[in-house]
Amino acid sequence: MHEVGLMQEAVRMALDYAASAGASRVHRLRLRVGAMSGVVPDALRFAFDVVCRGTPAEGAVLEIDRVPAVCWCSKCQSEFECEDFINECPKCHEISSELRRGTELDLASVEVS
Amino acid sequence: MCTECGCGLGESKQAVPQPGAGDTAHGTAVPSTDHHGDEPHDHPHQPPHHHDHADSTLHDSDQSKRQVVELNRSLLTKNERIAERNRGFFRAKGVFVINVLSSPGSGKTTLIQQTALASSGRFRTGVIVGDLATDNDAARLRAANIPAVQVNTGTVCHLDAAMIEQACAKLDLDSIDLLIIENVGNLVCPAAYDLGENLRVVLLSVTEGEDKPLKYPPLFHSANVALITKSDLAAAAGWNRENAIANLRKISHHAVIFELSAKTGEGMSAWLDFLSSRVRPIR
Repeated sequence: MHEVGLMQEAVRMALDYAASAGASRVHRLRLRVGAMSGVVPDALRFAFDVVCRGTPAEGAVLEIDRVPAVCWCSKCQSEFECEDFINECPKCHEISSELRRGTELDLASVEVS
Repeated sequence: MCTECGCGLGESKQAVPQPGAGDTAHGTAVPSTDHHGDEPHDHPHQPPHHHDHADSTLHDSDQSKRQVVELNRSLLTKNERIAERNRGFFRAKGVFVINVLSSPGSGKTTLIQQTALASSGRFRTGVIVGDLATDNDAARLRAANIPAVQVNTGTVCHLDAAMIEQACAKLDLDSIDLLIIENVGNLVCPAAYDLGENLRVVLLSVTEGEDKPLKYPPLFHSANVALITKSDLAAAAGWNRENAIANLRKISHHAVIFELSAKTGEGMSAWLDFLSSRVRPIR
């Protein structure tokens, strides 16, 4: 359900762009989805077909770029990949919750004509 | 997300008329338009459309060139913009706003009712209540003389900033100091939606597992305040307080934690003092 709402918004943004650029069709949407965004890519794909139906984006291709989560260790002054909100630095074992990447939920690009 | 909480599944099912029927026809049409605009090849792929219209749009676009444009916009942009507008509006009205979140049955409505009643000498409270259906919670609050507006989200599993904007039109903000928004009972989706609140308050009742914060980290992580509710039932529920607080400290490490029972009043004064200290400065 949540994914349907997000997908509606992504398609709306793509259609708005197409209209403003004088394009009549949307062929492709590329989304950037962070590992910690809480969104399930399969559910987005499922929603995509439904949401595009009957619009100039019908039949468009959906591409999803997964962004791995990256945490910042202030002690080591370095980034490390993580899979949680609270993480232990693999080098110095300091606990950090400063996510630098991984919560993205963006419409990266659209292909229109 | 909501595949976990289960709500709203009804709508997504209804929204899928004959899965696959339109899909495949269009799916094959797309790669072919990749090379050339005018390929006659394209047309046989078009299924007999119910409207002429769709054909002509395809035709037009076939003749022009495709372009890829970087947009790099967050899907939550629209909500965030409305949320910021709400925040500015609340500030101008001198209303402090809290967004109350928890799983269903953690005691949100009871807490809100007791908070509003017990603080009536210090500040005036209004409530916006979100539920999938029924007016029960708002009716219950109004029966206690608390101004309350119900938002029925239908199949939507969370409140968003636009729903709050609309609900505010039905509430006299000039006659309240504190607006409490009771979100839809759900520990997943509401985490992503800023409503324009000043504080996000998450409830964890002693009748739930102590590991709830670990199971639903995004929402607990986003909390400014964590309230352990139904403390009067702690012994009966076999509540492991140390364990629960350790889990909260881990996930909601920056949150202020209170333990209380809205039913018996135990621990309510500390919560009310805290709230009062936050509400007053903006009046």
